[in-house]
Amino acid sequence: MAQSNSPTRVVVVGGGLAGLASTMKLTELGAQVDLISLTPVKRSHSVCAQGGINSCNDATRQLGDDEWKHLDDTVYGGDFLNHQPPVKEMAYWAPKVIELMDRLGVPFNRTGEGFIDRRRFGGTLYKRTAFAGATTGQQLLYALDEQVRRQEAEGNVRKFEFWDFLGPIQDETGRCRGVVAQDMVSMEIKAFPADAVVVATGGCGLIYGRSTMSVFCTGSAASRCFQVGAKYANAEFIQVHPTAIPGADKLRLMSESARGEGGRVWVPRTPQDSRGPRDIPEADRYYFLEERYPEYGNLVPRDIATREIFDICVNEGLSVEDDRMCVYLDLTHIPRHELDRKLGGILEIYEKFQGVDPRDEPMKIFPAVHYSMGGLWADYVKGEDGGLEAGAPRNHMTSIDGLYAIGECDYHYHGANRLGANSLLSCIFTGLFTGSSIMNYSASQKSGADDVPQSLLDSAVKAEQDRHDHLLNGNAGSDENPYLIHQELGDLMTRVATVVRRNDQLEEAIKKVDELHERAMKVSLADTGSWTNQNVIFAKSLQDMFPLAKALLKGALQRDECRGAHFKPDFKKPSLTSEDPVERRRQAEAWCDEFEANNEKYLKSTVATWNASTNQPDLAYEDVDTTLIPPRPRLYGLVGAEAIEEVWNERAAKKLAQSKSGSGLVGAN
Amino acid sequence: MIALDPSTKKRPEFINVRVRRQDAPGEAPYWELHKIKYEPEMNVISVLQRIAAQSTNRDGKKVTPVAWDCGCLEEVCGSCTMVINGRVRQSCSALVDRLLADNPDEVVLEPMSKFPVVRDLVVDRARLFQGLERVKAWVPVDSYYNMGSGERILREDQERNYPLSQCMSCGCCLEACPQYTKIELTQKPGETDQEFEARKQAAHSEAFVGPHAISQAMLFNNHPTGKSLAGERLDALEGPGGLASCGNAQNCVAVCPKEIPLTTSIARAGRATTLHAIKKWFDK
Repeated sequence: MAQSNSPTRVVVVGGGLAGLASTMKLTELGAQVDLISLTPVKRSHSVCAQGGINSCNDATRQLGDDEWKHLDDTVYGGDFLNHQPPVKEMAYWAPKVIELMDRLGVPFNRTGEGFIDRRRFGGTLYKRTAFAGATTGQQLLYALDEQVRRQEAEGNVRKFEFWDFLGPIQDETGRCRGVVAQDMVSMEIKAFPADAVVVATGGCGLIYGRSTMSVFCTGSAASRCFQVGAKYANAEFIQVHPTAIPGADKLRLMSESARGEGGRVWVPRTPQDSRGPRDIPEADRYYFLEERYPEYGNLVPRDIATREIFDICVNEGLSVEDDRMCVYLDLTHIPRHELDRKLGGILEIYEKFQGVDPRDEPMKIFPAVHYSMGGLWADYVKGEDGGLEAGAPRNHMTSIDGLYAIGECDYHYHGANRLGANSLLSCIFTGLFTGSSIMNYSASQKSGADDVPQSLLDSAVKAEQDRHDHLLNGNAGSDENPYLIHQELGDLMTRVATVVRRNDQLEEAIKKVDELHERAMKVSLADTGSWTNQNVIFAKSLQDMFPLAKALLKGALQRDECRGAHFKPDFKKPSLTSEDPVERRRQAEAWCDEFEANNEKYLKSTVATWNASTNQPDLAYEDVDTTLIPPRPRLYGLVGAEAIEEVWNERAAKKLAQSKSGSGLVGAN
Repeated sequence: MIALDPSTKKRPEFINVRVRRQDAPGEAPYWELHKIKYEPEMNVISVLQRIAAQSTNRDGKKVTPVAWDCGCLEEVCGSCTMVINGRVRQSCSALVDRLLADNPDEVVLEPMSKFPVVRDLVVDRARLFQGLERVKAWVPVDSYYNMGSGERILREDQERNYPLSQCMSCGCCLEACPQYTKIELTQKPGETDQEFEARKQAAHSEAFVGPHAISQAMLFNNHPTGKSLAGERLDALEGPGGLASCGNAQNCVAVCPKEIPLTTSIARAGRATTLHAIKKWFDK
């Protein structure tokens, strides 16, 4: 932009909440945006988000809530793996994000008086979550889609829908100068020069074959950036949502809002009780979350709920059905009218796909892969107040200069476990917040979109054309079928890398994935045509799933601990056993020593770099910024939690006193 | 887990699937038969996935996989609309057991007929989205900065608007609408892509805008800030391809998978345009 006087040109890849929020904000700041998406942006996977979006609000403030507590719930829920400055910034922006979305026309549910209604979500004790029925993601996405359409009508946005992002274009200094993408209809491959590029392409659930994600969520866009040098962080942290409807083609989400509105999870106390759920009296029902976690009940954080449901079915043998694992999620005690008003959208899904009305009959649900907390490594600049410095060009820039990552496909905000209703917030927040950073970055560059040498664009297109042609014609003798390989990959990943992880299984899976990767590189396609060839698009995305799958498995193998969504029973910290107060105290001290030693070793982000020569990820570790809130043990449901907490608080107080006297400051935070 | 009538509990070993295929725009469509193994709880998406994986037709001949469009598989994204056993609907929520109960012999899949076919079951619905632009289906806020909260909205208004805002642009209503007719243009020799695009847009903006867009116009006309464009939206609905083109067949509301009260929106739009016209006449 600096040399030529044409406006800043930004390519945004991905048209979900993050991509649309980014596009909307960038156009407001004067940029011209090329928006590239696999699907018409209105159909992006954000439409499926159901429950709501968090912010502290006027009502919760009167109960003692504030943005700091939202920050605390987020980092505590995330098991302290989140860098705290970005989370702080997000929590402090949250009320503003809700207000903006309200102004944009999102039909949030209202109280009788006309204020935005709120409900409770897991991992917090406050009613922070604003919602639009049970289709909040859909409503938020549509509001942003409408604003982008408005900007498109004004000539500020060009949409390239049904285009597949093939990779960033880098110049000799490594700076990102645009992208290469392919028209999924005509199969034309084209370069899009730009001042800066934003990747907002969501999660990678399809690595698991079946998940709650859409067919667009292959992770291939992030993988394509990873394979050309962008770092990928915390790949092993995949959230398994506690409640989903198992299905043959996909696992359909049953939002946490069902529990937020009073839904209760239970199983019959008798294994495979043959009575219908409504005929089972209260005394014969085991409300295991409520019994085991009296404070949070059905709204414990997701990692806990998921493990408990798994435990009930696998270890206790109390699954509702004998040939398939599931538990009841019961809403039948809530008045129909109330259910329709607040949860209509999701209840219809259950009704349509299962043929049972969940207003009359408890739903049968089981955990499912849901959210990628890891993603492209992204930088940030810490501000003086402990949050982020607004407008700093490095905010959310990947390790490739000029390439930004936002939304679910970056690794910030959620740590080891995502709190419900924080994902919509993180997507919109990053989209809005990075606008000025990207503009400032572009303005500081000596050359921009107009100055990208034609030869650079041509060679980038040629490399992709070669890959494409090779896929169509290069493996004539092979009979490898990409769909079948995908099934194998999905089954394997689901078996070894979801709720419970064991090192021997991970090691074995790594070998198996290497083999599958090799086989995927020589798939033979049934369709070699040059018009809407979905076969070749799928084959490419399948091949690109492997680098992420490898980073995920290797990251999981090397992390010998339990942290949030990553749970290794072999490294579980035991409960306290002694009843004797002195001995119990000693055990608590030992527990805390061990906890600190473990944090010393593992309270780090895994950062993967792709090594093209070995076809493997290389892993390194970075320290987590925990300067705002010191890490503390997450003690949900642990026997002896009070004793451990007591010891821990004494230690924390001592440390605080030491640091104060050491620095001579009084009252420092 | 799916509750079935006892009569449908007899399961076939295989399912016959008849697909109307078309290799590219302008080419002749043809029928192709597939035979796939029956599995419990299948929907049309999983049927198409099996067809893609086996890539042979019923006679065992190698064929290209059938192209189709899908996304969330939860009936929210609106991608997978097609005509199944003669009825337009989402293929993800079309459960095979139910389809077989209606027609035990085969499942028939066809692309929507009101949009140009791109390939097989994939159609080009750009015109549908252009309809939203025609009626300015957005809230014209001043800026995307933090300007405090929006206006208070009564629960009654929210509950009136919420169903309309669930429109997922799937196109079922347009397929069922007798007044919404197909527009398919081909690029002329020597015509640039831009010129062709402009000619398409011009053709689309004269033709019937469709029930989905009318309903969206009513949604935004009922929003405290959105209504600042109410006049322009009503102007668009009074113009060519607007409300006057609606024949009141009421098919749209019958097929809408989200049960959006489209005909109520159309009736409201009718009253609003009438009032708008009178007001304009007095303002002259």
